[in-house]
This record gives sequence, structure tokens and C-alpha cells, in this order.
Amino acid sequence: MTITQFLIESIGTYTATVAFGILVNIPRKALNTGGLIGLLGYLIYRFTVLGGGGYVVGNLLGAMAIGVASLQFARMKRMPMILFNIPALVPLVPGGQAYQMIKNFALGQNTVAFSYLIQVIMISGSIAFGFLLSELVNRVQQRFWQQRG
Amino acid sequence: MNREQHDQLILHTALTAGRIMLENGSEIERVEDTMIRIATNAGVEGSQVFVTITGILMALNGELGAQIEPIKKRIFDLEKVSVVNDLSRQFAVKKITLQQFSNRLDHLDSETKYFPFWLQLFAAALVSGPLEVVFRHNLPDFWITCVVGMLGWWVYYVLNKFIQIRFLSEFAASATIGILALVGVHYGLGNSVDDIIIGGVMPLVPGVPLTNSVRDVLAGNLVSGPARAIEALVSAAAIGFGIAMVLQFL
Repeated sequence: MTITQFLIESIGTYTATVAFGILVNIPRKALNTGGLIGLLGYLIYRFTVLGGGGYVVGNLLGAMAIGVASLQFARMKRMPMILFNIPALVPLVPGGQAYQMIKNFALGQNTVAFSYLIQVIMISGSIAFGFLLSELVNRVQQRFWQQRG
Repeated sequence: MNREQHDQLILHTALTAGRIMLENGSEIERVEDTMIRIATNAGVEGSQVFVTITGILMALNGELGAQIEPIKKRIFDLEKVSVVNDLSRQFAVKKITLQQFSNRLDHLDSETKYFPFWLQLFAAALVSGPLEVVFRHNLPDFWITCVVGMLGWWVYYVLNKFIQIRFLSEFAASATIGILALVGVHYGLGNSVDDIIIGGVMPLVPGVPLTNSVRDVLAGNLVSGPARAIEALVSAAAIGFGIAMVLQFL
């Protein structure tokens, strides 16, 4: 990945996340933060894949980062967490694979379609599992805060 | 205000707050939490709530019976969730009274403060184009993807106003995106039908039900979580069918 490509991808991810936030009408002051969290999640995913970690682990780590970062910002800004993690999730959605699956099913190439279906399931599952792990981190942190306070 | 009226006001406020949050895309745990907080801050300990995605039941520990609030529509307006959250916090620190809280909620219910329509169209374009480049690295198709995604959102928005069945609007919108992508490539405005469609359908991704279903299942709401997952699946299927129908003509 060249520097130009990296910059284009980063700007694209940030813009798309903020724009998706506008479509689900999140408050103005949460837009920028949502975009940054989306960028963070995507970059973690991208570098994991580039480093040879595979797309399942990449999505898992990305989703986990989104979950943890969303809760930190939700606490800091005193806003609901879903304002940050819903738009931030969009760059991780397996749009390309889902499309290839539909296309191959429509064209009657079932073997290819099934291999894409499995990819879609794996990616969705790893995103869900990433959220689960982030929830675990958040609960542990909450317990820790309660004990101190 | 006597005891019974006070209890009635608490129930009304908590149920309205819960309904507004659920209608606009909040997760279940937050709704339960907010409703119990409202009752506690109004001076009633030990209230019980039962929240599902299609209805809320709430009882106080007073003489009044439990009351029901059905959830009939489901739209995505996360700003309202945030406003109810803010109001609840203000009530907790006694900045507003219960009566004011209730009035503000009734007022919030009737007004919709969406971003202006042109900005939504612009945003749809900015979801489609950049994501096409990020996913597919196909820079020359950036502009046509922006236009196709924008027109797709326009179809979705207009149909949603008139027929109010989201799945049908999604189906029509994705079919439009497919046709426009084919037409665009045919007239030499773009290179790859696949890339344009992948970017163009991104604004339609059911992000709210997807995220919330995971959160609800994790929080142990085994009725609402799977229900939302079905909602997301039907949306995805509607989008997929729209595309598949167009691709038959390839």
C-alpha cells in the first residue's frame, strides 16, 4: 500500500462514516467522533490484514476497537454509545463479498456463491464476536471503576 | 397533585421516554435503564419494566396497575435517542421538573428535526463514492458511484414517505441502483458494474438493526435481539433481490 493509497483510503473511510451518521440522523456534535472511531476500526482491520493476520482476525480486532473506543467517548461526552458504534461499523460491512454472493447466485454459479456466503458469515460472525469481546473489556473496566469510586 | 396523579405522571413520562427511544433505534438495555432511572429520580423505588421491541410494560410499586405502551413504527433517528438521554440526565440533577420533562417529551414526539433533504442526498453520495474507492480501489468510477448512490437514496426516501414499508423501498432502491449502474457502464460513464453497485447500496445498509441485535443478544434480551437480526436479514435480502433481479439481464 503506497502513501497515496493509504491517504485516499483514510479520507474515504472518515467521509463515509460521517456521511452515514447524517443518514441515521445522529447529533451534530457526535459526527466527528463517530468518523474518527470508524477510521480507527478500519485502520486496525486494514493493518491486520496487511500484516498477514487474515480478514477474520482483522474484523474481530477492528470491531473490538470500535466497541471499546465508542464506550470511552460515550462516557466522556455523556451520550449514548450507539451514536458512535453504528456509523463506525459501516466500513467493516462485507459489502463486496455479499454482492459477489448475490451475483453468483443470480447467475446460477452456486459453488462460487457458497464460498462467498461462507466469507460473509465468517466476517459477520467475527464482527459480532469483536463486539462481544469489547463488551467484556467494558464490563471489566466498569467493575474496576465502581470498586475505586 | 395527589399521590395517584403523581404516579400517573411518572408512568406517562417513563413510558413516553421508552417509546420514543425504541421507535428511533435505541437498544433495549438503555430503554430499561432510562425508565427505571426516571422512576427512581421521581421518588419511586422498585419499579418494574418489561421491554420488548414491539411493546413496553411498566408497573410502579403504588396503587396503580401496570400500563402498556405499544411500539408501532420503527425509524432511525438517533438524535431523539440522544435528546431523551439528555433530558433524563437533566431530570436526574433536578434541572427540570417531572412535569417539564413530560411536556418536553410530548413536544419532542411531534417534531422531527432531520438533516435537510439535500444534505441527506449529499451524504448518500459521500457514503457511496468513498466506500467504492476504499473497497475496490477503483478511482475512475468515483463520480458515477456518487451519483448512482444518491439517486438510489432518493428513490428509497421518496418511496418510504408514500408506502411506509421499508423492505419494499429498499428493494426498489437497490433495483434502481442496479439499473443505473448498468446504464452508466453502457454509456461509458463507468468501467465496472460490480464496483458501482457495491458502492451504491452502502447507504442502504441496515446498520442500526445490525448493531443493536448484537448488543441486545449480549445483554440477554433473547426476544428482541433475534427479532432485530431478522429485521436486518430481511433488509439485506430485499436489497439482494433487487440487485439479483437486475443482474438477470446481464
